[in-house]
Amino acid sequence: MDAIHLGYMTTILEVQNLTKSFRSLKAVDDVSFSIPQGACFGLLGPNGAGKTTTIEIIEGIKKPCSGEILYKGKPRDRKFSEQTGIQFQSTALMDYLKTHEVLTLFAKLYPHSQPIDRLIELCQLEEFLDTYATRLSGGQRQRLLLAVALINDPEVLFLDEPTTGLDPQSRRNFWSLIRDIKSQGKTVLLTTHYMEEAELLCDQLVIMDKGKIIADGSPETLLRQYFDHSYVCIDQRDFHGDISALTNPAEEREDCIAIATNTVEKTLAELVSLNINLRSLRVKNPSLDDLFLKLTGHRLRE
Amino acid sequence: MKKILALWMARNREYYRDKGSLFWSFVATPFIVIVLAVAFSSESQAVFRAGLLITSSSTQISIFTEEPAIQLIEYTDAQEALRRVRFHQLDILITTETPLRYWVNPESAKGRLLEKLLISDTTGPWQREEIKGQPIRYIDWVIPGILAMNMMFSGLWGIGYVIVRYRKNGVLKRLQATPLRAWQFLLSQAFSRLFIMLSVTLLVFIVCDVFLDFMMVGSHLLLLLIAIVGNLAIISLSLLMAARTASEELANGLLNLISVPMLLLSELWFSLDDAPQWLQDFSLMLPLTHLVKAARRVMLEGAGFTDIIPQLGVLVIMTLLFVTLAGIMFRWHND
Repeated sequence: MDAIHLGYMTTILEVQNLTKSFRSLKAVDDVSFSIPQGACFGLLGPNGAGKTTTIEIIEGIKKPCSGEILYKGKPRDRKFSEQTGIQFQSTALMDYLKTHEVLTLFAKLYPHSQPIDRLIELCQLEEFLDTYATRLSGGQRQRLLLAVALINDPEVLFLDEPTTGLDPQSRRNFWSLIRDIKSQGKTVLLTTHYMEEAELLCDQLVIMDKGKIIADGSPETLLRQYFDHSYVCIDQRDFHGDISALTNPAEEREDCIAIATNTVEKTLAELVSLNINLRSLRVKNPSLDDLFLKLTGHRLRE
Repeated sequence: MKKILALWMARNREYYRDKGSLFWSFVATPFIVIVLAVAFSSESQAVFRAGLLITSSSTQISIFTEEPAIQLIEYTDAQEALRRVRFHQLDILITTETPLRYWVNPESAKGRLLEKLLISDTTGPWQREEIKGQPIRYIDWVIPGILAMNMMFSGLWGIGYVIVRYRKNGVLKRLQATPLRAWQFLLSQAFSRLFIMLSVTLLVFIVCDVFLDFMMVGSHLLLLLIAIVGNLAIISLSLLMAARTASEELANGLLNLISVPMLLLSELWFSLDDAPQWLQDFSLMLPLTHLVKAARRVMLEGAGFTDIIPQLGVLVIMTLLFVTLAGIMFRWHND
C-alpha cells in the first residue's frame, strides 16, 4: 500500500486539536491528524515525546484536557472498544493463568471473537500454550499480548512500542507478524522510537517531539521532502584532517564522519585526492533518524 | 454474565494455583485457629462477675465495692443482662430498685457463692430469682470470633490487595481496554472471594467442630446466611479501600488501619461489656462486630432469623454503602 492509494481511502480515526497536560508539563500540545482505513500509521518520536499519551487518549484509556477523537466520523461509543484491539507498552497478565487460558478469558469479554486456533497459529503461540503468562520470554509475551489485542478481530489495532526490549531476532519476527496483520486490511496505529521499524512498517507517519507534531507524511515523501543528498561515511580512525576543509558539509557522528553529497563520485574523488583510506567507506541514504536530527537538532535515541 | 463468569473462573484458578495462599487458607488457618482457640480456652477468669441492673428507680446502695475479686458491671438492658446470667457469663445480677432482687443460675457455683456473700454483707430483704441455662465455655464464645477474624483477614487482603496489584502491574488497564464494565469486574472479584471465603470458613468450621466440639445450638443455614452477608460487608469494605490505591505498601497500611480496630474492638477475643461507652459505640461502626454478634446469638443461643435482623440489616446497609462508594471512586489506573 503506498501513499498515493491512501489519498483515496476513507478516514477511520480523526484526532482534532488534542491537548493533555500533567501539572505544568504539556505532554500533548494541540495535536491533529487523520488515520486512513487500512493504513499502518506511525507515531515516531523519542522517549517522552508524548506518543504514549496520544495513543492512550485515542484508545480511550486517558482523557484529554481538550480536543476531540472521531471514530468513523462520530465520537467514540461502546462499539469502539468492541472493534479495536490494544497492545500496551507495559502490561502484566494474571499471574497464574496459562497462555491458552488468557486467550479464552479475553475471548469471553467480547461479544464476538475470532477462533483462538487461528490466533495461536498467526502469533505462533503453539509451543507455550501451557506455560504461565508470567514465565514467558519477552518475545513470547509480546506475541501473546498481540494475540489478546487481536482476539476480537478488531478493525483498528493499537500497538504502543511493541518491540521495545526485544532482541533483534524477536523484533524481526514481530515485524513480519505485523505485516501479516496489515495484509488482512486492518488499520494499525503504532508508536515507536525505532526509525527502522517506522520505515519498514508505516504507510504514514507523524513525527513527534516535546508533545508537538514536527513533520508528517509517508516515510518516502518525508525523506524526499527534506533531503536531496546521500551520505558518504568513513570511520573516524581512517579520516585524518580537517572536515571543514571538505567541499561538502560533513559532520562527526558516533562512529564515523558523514559527508552529505548529491554527487557521490565527486566526493569520492576528493577523498582519494586527500589520500584518505577508503576501506570503511559506506554510502547511506538519509534515514528518519537523520530527518529527526535535522528537524530538532537531536537524535531519536537521545 | 458471560464476562463475570469468565473472570470469576480466572480468579478462582489463580487462587488455587497460588500454592502459598492455598496452603495458608486450607492448612495453616485451621491449624492456627485451633491453636488459638485451645490457648485461649485455658484462660481462667479468676474474678467473679456481678451485674448491677440500673433502672430509673434504682436506689443508691453500695454492693461489693470493697471486694477487688469481684468485678461489678453495670447494665441498663435487663434482657441482655439476664441472658448473660443464663449462659454463666455473669455470676449474679442485682437490682436495687424496690423490692431488692437478684438473679442467679442455680447451676453456677460462683453464682451461689456470690449469693451468700450478698445476703451476708448487705441488709435485705433480697428477693431471689433463678434463671437456668447451660454454661457457655470460653471456647464456645470465642469460636465465632476466631471464624470471623479469619473471614476478615481473608476478605480484606484477598480482594483489596489483589486489585491494587492488578492496578499497579497494568492488568486492570488491559481489562479496561475491553468492553468490560467496572461493576462487572468488581462483581466477579467479589463473588470469587465470597466463594473462596465460604469454602475456607466451612473447612475451618468442620475441623474445629471435630477437634473442639464447640457449641452450635441454632440453625446452620442461618449461620451460612450470616457468613454470606458478613463476608459481603467485609469484601465491599476492601473494594472501597482498593478503589483507587495504586501502591501495595499503601494498601497494606490501609488494610491494617481497617483490620486492627476490628481485631481489638469487635469482641473477637473478649467482651467489651466493661469498656467505656464510647468504645462500645465505636465498635458498632465496625462490620465485624455485627457479624460476630449475630453468629454468637445463633451458635450459642439458638436465635432465629427475626432475632438477628438488626445485625443483618446493619451489615446489608454497610455493604450497600461501601459498594456504592467503591463503584463511584473506582479507577482502572492512576496514570
